[in-house]
Amino acid sequence: MPAVEMHNITKRFGIIKANDAVDFSVDKGEIHALVGENGAGKTTLMKILYGMYQPNEGKIFINNRQETVSSPAIAIAKGIGMVHQHFMLIPTLTVTENIVLGNEPTLRFDLIDLRRAQQELQKLTETYHLIVDLQAKVETLSVGMQQRVEILKMLYRNADILILDEPTAVLTPQEVEELFNTLSHFKNQCKTIILITHKLSEVMAISDRVTVMRHGQVVACVETKLTNQVELARMMVGKEMEGVIVGGNPFISHPVVVVEQLAAMNDKKLSALHDVSFTISEGEILGIAAIEGNGQAELVQVIAGLRKIAQGSIKVNNQVLNDSNRRTLIAHIPEDRTHRGLVLDFTVAENLILGRHYEPQYSKRFLFHQQTIVQFAETMIQEHDIRPRDKDLVMRHLSGGNQQKTIVARELSKNAPVIIAHQPTRGLDIGATEFVHTALLSERDHGKAILLVSSDLTELLTLADRIAVMYEGHIVTVLNAKDTSERELGMYMTGVIKKVA
Amino acid sequence: MLESVFSIAFFVQSLRISLPYALPALGATFSERSGVINIALEGIMLISAFATTVGTYYSNEPFMGILIGALAGMLTALLHGIISVTFKADQIVSGIAINVLAIGLTKFSCQLIFHSSSNSARIVGLEQWKFLPNIPILDNPFIVGTIILFLMLQVVLFKTTFGLRLRAVGEHPEAADTAGVNVKRMRHLGVLISGALAGLGGAWLAIDQHSFTDGMTAGRGFIALAAMIIGKWTPYGAAGACLLFGFAESLSIQLQSTSHAVQFIQMIPYVLTMIVLAGFIGRATPPAADGIPYEKE
Repeated sequence: MPAVEMHNITKRFGIIKANDAVDFSVDKGEIHALVGENGAGKTTLMKILYGMYQPNEGKIFINNRQETVSSPAIAIAKGIGMVHQHFMLIPTLTVTENIVLGNEPTLRFDLIDLRRAQQELQKLTETYHLIVDLQAKVETLSVGMQQRVEILKMLYRNADILILDEPTAVLTPQEVEELFNTLSHFKNQCKTIILITHKLSEVMAISDRVTVMRHGQVVACVETKLTNQVELARMMVGKEMEGVIVGGNPFISHPVVVVEQLAAMNDKKLSALHDVSFTISEGEILGIAAIEGNGQAELVQVIAGLRKIAQGSIKVNNQVLNDSNRRTLIAHIPEDRTHRGLVLDFTVAENLILGRHYEPQYSKRFLFHQQTIVQFAETMIQEHDIRPRDKDLVMRHLSGGNQQKTIVARELSKNAPVIIAHQPTRGLDIGATEFVHTALLSERDHGKAILLVSSDLTELLTLADRIAVMYEGHIVTVLNAKDTSERELGMYMTGVIKKVA
Repeated sequence: MLESVFSIAFFVQSLRISLPYALPALGATFSERSGVINIALEGIMLISAFATTVGTYYSNEPFMGILIGALAGMLTALLHGIISVTFKADQIVSGIAINVLAIGLTKFSCQLIFHSSSNSARIVGLEQWKFLPNIPILDNPFIVGTIILFLMLQVVLFKTTFGLRLRAVGEHPEAADTAGVNVKRMRHLGVLISGALAGLGGAWLAIDQHSFTDGMTAGRGFIALAAMIIGKWTPYGAAGACLLFGFAESLSIQLQSTSHAVQFIQMIPYVLTMIVLAGFIGRATPPAADGIPYEKE
């Protein structure tokens, strides 16, 4: 029996059809994977089901009754819950407040019955083995814990149709395992689960059926056991994928980057980094593996000049890194591309020379040299396949993948000896990810020293030569990428093993 | 001189002076907690002061005047809400527009009704109305009412469903929306509450001075915003900040007769504001979505 049926759903944003006559159906009690590349329309379709977007055309049936889901409040009332890719939690409120928000138990005079809320939640956490500190403020929780809060939010609202948008993107392998156990538990209780993902191994591991979307349309709906990863990838991309790129054996020579006993504070003036030392050689990719909040962001910020050094030093080619030489020595592909990497309201051409605008070929006296800028932009757009091919388009209108290509194009064209890539492929589709990976490997082959910080362990294992694992602001070990595994990295990342290198 | 500072009369004067800061500051707290910056408070107070004067003048009932003043404040705030919440326009621009509008509108109406653009006729005050006669502070119904409002609204903001939703909408509207909270409705309510409270502040000015005079708010709506920031967006914090302002201003009045450096003394509240804003009492973090219109798609 179908729990959800969506018929002929079309959703337009301006002239773009995010969903084009989509038919989608999920049976009660199944785990249904919804896969596709970025921009394929998966999230849009689910936001329509959750009442956040209104479709231009189409009908929605929930438990065989036609419904108009005009707001999340209505979706919640119909038993639908959704965990968004970017968590919908309020950092300054407590876990309890976040969970009950919108469905608060009350006493007289609209006063919130916090005690009853705590009791109910306590029961819920015990039933589902989702233990979390109910009194803690959400901002103090790890990403994995925050996800638990999101799941509890759905359970508290008695949702029996659960939508999870890319739930594993930010989790460690151990956390992913726990999540999948929880999901299986839900399935046994006859809850319906829709899992948006683009990790095909996860699809194979946990789902009963798969719906594949491409360019806003459904291209296939198959039973998981009757398909395989290669076939799914082909359906997602619409063409055969080339083989996975593998990190080669680079010629390792003298160290370019030497970091010694580095220490720094975080925004709350607490120690975020202490006694961090490492080197990166010419033609080497050093990976950093760590769970969010273990100092990797601060490390990148210190090197990029966004955070003060409390102690220690960073040297590049034997010169101490400072604010005046950083411009030419460091290329930085930042984690938060829309805030740190780009000015969204500037054009593609302007974004391509950001931070290099002062160089004499681009600016003469007080004016820009338009002709060189145009030429440079056109070359970059061509070389890096930035789409649409329009240098005058405002950045905001490009897809995430093309925004990232713009940053990569700009930073690599600086020809700096050191490249920092922080989560360079987070949220990108297969095509754009492959592009970024190829670009980084090619830079490595040209003798650059690359620091790659990523939460995607597969990415680290395939690209990096060595992987440093950080835990609580400190490097606990440095492993050869060839000789380690996700499992081993996970143990160090979670502090299960605390060997000091 | 010290005796005059530590007298009950001095304390009562400080309280009276802090009222027209405290009420709009409390209002601003509710507006900004919901995510809407309301710099229109100054204009709202001015319009309310005028509406109170007119209402009292014709009814000869100060409480009727105060009620009309509060309603006028809500009506003006509704305009700010429609512009900035419904139509998602820039909240600062809307606020400035309302402030400019208020100056012209009150002058024009004053000329029309009282045949002078700068002064209204004299109105009755609250002298006849005592809450607990013979007890200083508690005899004034307006002061008592304000204290009760502060006690009540602190609870409303932090202990009720309404308060939780209001804060949620100001911190992360999308999260609140996905939890089933109506973002626009909460923000409109936040702005309306700020209008009512700023309106009461304006009403007090008119009632206390027994008339409306052109530009009588004299920047109090803006100082109230400073008080809200110093109070870290909490009712009690705002109350503390306003008492401090009231005390400083009261002190400067006391010292005026004895000292030659009157101008310097009159600067005390403003200097205090700047010192405090410069971060000498810890960082004040505004609600995360303060001032940002909520776009659903």
